[in-house]
Amino acid sequence: MIATAERTPLYDEHLRLGAQMITFSGWTMPLQYSSIREEHRAVREAVGLFDLSHMGELRVQDPALGQRTVSRDLSKLRTGRIQYALLCNEQGGIIDDILVYAVKDGGYIFVVNAGNQDSDFVWIQSHGAGARNVGREWALIGVQGPRAVELVRRLTSEDLAGVKYYSFIDGRVAGVDCIISRTGYTGEDGFELFCANDDAVRLWRTVLDEGKTDGIRPAGLGARDTLRLEAGMRLYGNDMDAKTNPLEAGLDWTLNLDKEFIGRDAIVTARERGIDRVLVGLKMLDRSIPRHGYAVTDQGKGVGVITSGNVSFTLGYSIAMAYVPPGLSRPGTPLTVDVRGTAAPAEIVPLPFYKRPHPK
Amino acid sequence: MAEQSGLRFTETHEWVKQQGEAATVGISQYAQSQLGDVIYVELPAVGQKLEAGGRLGVVESVKAASDLYSPVSGDVTAVNDELKDHPEYVNQDPYGKGWLIKLQNVKESGRLLDQQAYDALVEGQPH
Repeated sequence: MIATAERTPLYDEHLRLGAQMITFSGWTMPLQYSSIREEHRAVREAVGLFDLSHMGELRVQDPALGQRTVSRDLSKLRTGRIQYALLCNEQGGIIDDILVYAVKDGGYIFVVNAGNQDSDFVWIQSHGAGARNVGREWALIGVQGPRAVELVRRLTSEDLAGVKYYSFIDGRVAGVDCIISRTGYTGEDGFELFCANDDAVRLWRTVLDEGKTDGIRPAGLGARDTLRLEAGMRLYGNDMDAKTNPLEAGLDWTLNLDKEFIGRDAIVTARERGIDRVLVGLKMLDRSIPRHGYAVTDQGKGVGVITSGNVSFTLGYSIAMAYVPPGLSRPGTPLTVDVRGTAAPAEIVPLPFYKRPHPK
Repeated sequence: MAEQSGLRFTETHEWVKQQGEAATVGISQYAQSQLGDVIYVELPAVGQKLEAGGRLGVVESVKAASDLYSPVSGDVTAVNDELKDHPEYVNQDPYGKGWLIKLQNVKESGRLLDQQAYDALVEGQPH
């Protein structure tokens, strides 16, 4: 039996806008509305609108439970601030990568990957009480791009100047009660707006309408993937999974190893022993397109594997993330990628591939 | 869908326009719409002999890489070099600027669909 894919409250809006729909992590989502290239460009040059309601949200009320399950020291996370963090298993493998929001009441919101929301919830509950899965009650709308902040500012009376990158406030946007979060998965400035399912259509339509003068485009998961790849952001399930150690994924900076959390001891052991692969950026030196699963080779010998790859519309060449041995991970190292039997030339480059011109 | 005079199609969504022993080959409007943004096209070398139904090359969109098959047998006399810098021509004008290769010494495969039969095939597929 095939399980029915879940729908977000914006499903009918996507159909009305002519979206091509796909199933992603158990959800029916827009892949693209017009063209991935055009949607990608809109986000880099103007503003794009994303339905991210498939993402999961977990309320973790007990601070000790949050501290025990998350890779970072949440005691240092001030109210209204957000941190990128990991959930790890006892072996130090990555169960999920999440955003942790420190809420006024002393609890946390974990924003988790769509496909992991139920398993994350079960796992967190197995380590303590006081968590609630609110993912199916909340919609999430991303407004991303150089014009995003100005666009949202026109739709709210809140003071957005105080909402710095990776912080949030409660407030009304387009008359809808939201969590206004200065975050994103595109490499651009912008907001992610959490609201009740029942308000999602009103918020979506109002932002889309108000954004016309900014050149707004609805953008699907296709553009989301090409944008996050340029920004060097890992995609759970592609670039890392439960068998990946955070050190291998290049996520050392998300670890506070001087506090206890699940998986900490295994990660410390791995750090002492050393790792035998590490995630790097690759720039293709010809026009071929590296894809997930392609072998990375050196003098004809397999040395690694591509985890994400595509053309970079912004940079004009193909890029990829790949696991290679640490000895081959230095920027400038020449390697090849096995593209249908041809050794396509590539070189290691630093991540991210793309940084927006004037980060705020 | 615009009517394209003299075109015939494969079930794998390539088109061929034959003029005597010469032919031009591309992919259909339906194929480009299903692929989405084309970002790379891998084509055979000039001089290569192709068999009807044999692998002609690869078209890559943002989403995936897809094999291309030759609708007819023949010798490759030209490939569309403009696609190197402008793969998007395949999306914008699949029956014109987005052509893929030209062939000589063309032999019929006898299993090609006319426009009407191809449209009927596409009708039955997801859009």
